[in-house]
Amino acid sequence: MPNYILPDFEVERRDDRCIRCRVCERQCANEVHSYDEENDVMLADELKCVGCHRCVALCPTRALKIVKYSGTFRENANWSNQSILEIYKQAESGGVLLSSMGTPNPCPVYFDKILINASQVTNPSIDPLREPMETRVFLGKRPQNIERDETGKLNNNLPPQLELSVPIMFSAMSYGSISYNAHESLARAATELGIYYNTGEGGLHEDFYKYGPNTIVQVASGRFGVHKGYLDVAAAIEIKMGQGAKPGIGGHLPGEKITEDVSRARMIPVGTDAISPAPHHDIYSIEDLRQLVYSLKEATEYKKPVIVKVAAVHNIAAIASGIARSGADIIAIDGFRGGTGAAPTRIRDNVGIPIELALASVDKRLRDEGIRGNVSLVVAGSIRNSADVVKAIALGADACYIGTAALIALGCHLCRTCHLGKCNWGIATQRPDLVKRLNPEIGYKRLVNLVTAWQHEIKELLGGMGINSIEALRGNRLMLRGVGLNEKELEILGIKHAGE
Amino acid sequence: MKLVEGRVRIPSGCAISGIISRDRRKFTGERIVESMKVMRERSNGLGGGFAAYGIYPKYKDSYALHIFYNDSNAKRECEAFLNEHFEIDEASELPTRKIPEITDEPLIWRYFALPRPSRLAASQLDEREYTARCVFAINARIDGAYVFSSGKNMGVFKAVGYPEDVGRFYMLDEYEGYMFIGHGRYPTNTPGWWGGAHPFSLLDFAVVHNGEISSYDANRRFIEMFGYRCALMTDTEVITYILDYLIRHVGLTLEESASVIAAPFWSSIAKKPPEERERLTYLRTMFPSLLVTGPFSIIFCFEGGMMALNDRLKLRSMVTAEKGDMVYVASEECAIRAVEPDAENLRYPSGGEPVIVTLNGGKDNA
Ligand code: SF4
Ligand code: SF4
Repeated sequence: MPNYILPDFEVERRDDRCIRCRVCERQCANEVHSYDEENDVMLADELKCVGCHRCVALCPTRALKIVKYSGTFRENANWSNQSILEIYKQAESGGVLLSSMGTPNPCPVYFDKILINASQVTNPSIDPLREPMETRVFLGKRPQNIERDETGKLNNNLPPQLELSVPIMFSAMSYGSISYNAHESLARAATELGIYYNTGEGGLHEDFYKYGPNTIVQVASGRFGVHKGYLDVAAAIEIKMGQGAKPGIGGHLPGEKITEDVSRARMIPVGTDAISPAPHHDIYSIEDLRQLVYSLKEATEYKKPVIVKVAAVHNIAAIASGIARSGADIIAIDGFRGGTGAAPTRIRDNVGIPIELALASVDKRLRDEGIRGNVSLVVAGSIRNSADVVKAIALGADACYIGTAALIALGCHLCRTCHLGKCNWGIATQRPDLVKRLNPEIGYKRLVNLVTAWQHEIKELLGGMGINSIEALRGNRLMLRGVGLNEKELEILGIKHAGE
Repeated sequence: MKLVEGRVRIPSGCAISGIISRDRRKFTGERIVESMKVMRERSNGLGGGFAAYGIYPKYKDSYALHIFYNDSNAKRECEAFLNEHFEIDEASELPTRKIPEITDEPLIWRYFALPRPSRLAASQLDEREYTARCVFAINARIDGAYVFSSGKNMGVFKAVGYPEDVGRFYMLDEYEGYMFIGHGRYPTNTPGWWGGAHPFSLLDFAVVHNGEISSYDANRRFIEMFGYRCALMTDTEVITYILDYLIRHVGLTLEESASVIAAPFWSSIAKKPPEERERLTYLRTMFPSLLVTGPFSIIFCFEGGMMALNDRLKLRSMVTAEKGDMVYVASEECAIRAVEPDAENLRYPSGGEPVIVTLNGGKDNA
């Protein structure tokens, strides 16, 4: 069948710089570069290039540049190049289009239209270098009442809590979808930082049991790798009901990625596709969810908080309120712009709602119902920097999950081809030669650096607002103002417009 | 348009002062007025007020409701509501003295009232909660009526003006009580409304506050889950509700409440002995959204005494002193010296350290 596909990129190689060392050829798992011995020249098959910049970063003479393909179809404001190419692909394959990472489409990013306050005159800003500035948070359920013993002393009647040194956690990314070395980097960084990472739905490699106190284990619809030891070793258990990048559908890890090790962690045979069904087949309603929450609590003797993770969809406020009453300790909401290892493109780009709106309406609903204090709220779905964290908390979140940002810290260049399994940065791959490119010793330090840097920035922003504990920022929407938002958007976000 | 409390948030700087006789010896309101007078610099004439305890011995078992009315319509509507929900022993205009410094006064009325037993029983609430909810209902629903004092054997007196003028206007020299607090306000806007002056009060709780808290909206949105409505958008209002919630609903002691709203830093908690560490960790984990940040000094009064508290960084001044059974708290030492030149045991409590003064022979808590 004819192939009409155009390349996405052009490889520009400066011949005056190229020394024919063939590093680019060896580094490219997509086999873009090759060497023509006869003519002593480096060649490039641009159709294969995914724009991961591995060759650019490693070329010793900086001879390479990857640029956007400059060829174009006849200009058409309705039919973009992308739309046309997707049709070619589907006409050729007859299949569903697959994509990775969060949607690249220009959808509104409300975080960018929200500005943060600072103190002037009427109250002092606080210098985090001179005064204590607290970023510690506890996640978990809070009882309605206090209890005292006969002497009047307060009893500690708090259910299990997660203690975070800073309100940031690494979100669910399974071993299988990402590499052993990526997992090790996340686990070690979480331990060093005093936060948590999340196993995703791929089970837990036995080597990582030692990071258990900083591990959240996931129980998803495929129930891969779930057994007593897995639950026992964790600090918390997350029931994955949905994911922001692909609400309403399950997961599919192709057989090629089910290596020996991955198969052991997932408890499925080597080489078989790991398919997570769209729903949990034992959860068709809220009362079923309640049963699973309590089964997991029973299994772990009520010693661990249970998180329920859902995708941000239209009716999220009511859903979250249902979850809050299901016994869950923590609700995690993953927004429309959230990342993924693989998702059908149409779903990723068209289903769900932005996290800012979901968060604002959930926080408000839980408050209207008087139950916001009973559960913690964690949000995900494209938290890109410390300002996003601060805005999310001021809108009402207790903490944020970061996924893509953590991978970028590990070297991910957002080429969005994780689903191909040939990640040149050793992250979204199981090929041993590629995996070893990510050194967990360096990887974990980069993650620690990233979160530490964000923590400093959060402290600066807090200090500017005259706040010295992140707790006093939670839901503090007066600290936010919108710019360029309409009345309805402001109403949903519960913030005023700048100047008001 | 005047900027009215409740429609905008108006930050202020302030002066506060409090005087209590632990032996319940009565003295007149003149002293608190004198004490406030020397801190005139800290106010700008846009709000002053007082709370006085033990002033209505004749009606000590009735709720003394002080109400501002914009006009006689509001009064008529409010009185209908009152008659429906309360048995009223006495209704009269609150005595005032015409002085040139205080103008534009609303109608100011006082009622001594008790919940109607049938209504109270039907509501399944205790008497205090019933009264509190009636106060909320009037303030939220009856346009032009505002209950600014609702405790037993105590009263709040406030107005737009300098504190000493407000004291003269309300003839505070003619009231005798065992505890008084005063407040002078320095708002950054022009509140045109008397209800916006301080103290802020609910039942027998009254609060005066100096500061601008940075946690305001986090606190407000949390406390509003429990039926409070922060209609004035002032710090004092939200702090009063937080204390009312923690003390009256949750059942915390004053000291525990102080450890919630001005919680010690985690780094200080780590240095405490194990039992104390556990207690403080519990309180911070249980009530994180009631932590109050930003500068404040407050005096919180209840029938049995008062608590003075600074924010945990001590970003606002506050001094305490004693003389015999008298205890004094004020923004500045001069405010104490003005009424008690021989004051002893002068102290500057550290940030987050509550100073709790209770009546001798009374209960230890609010
Ligand atoms: S890595 Fe750079 S210098 Fe080496 S062959 Fe490739 S383009 Fe040439
Ligand atoms: S993880 Fe690897 S494959 Fe996925 S976007 Fe990043 S660089 Fe590309």
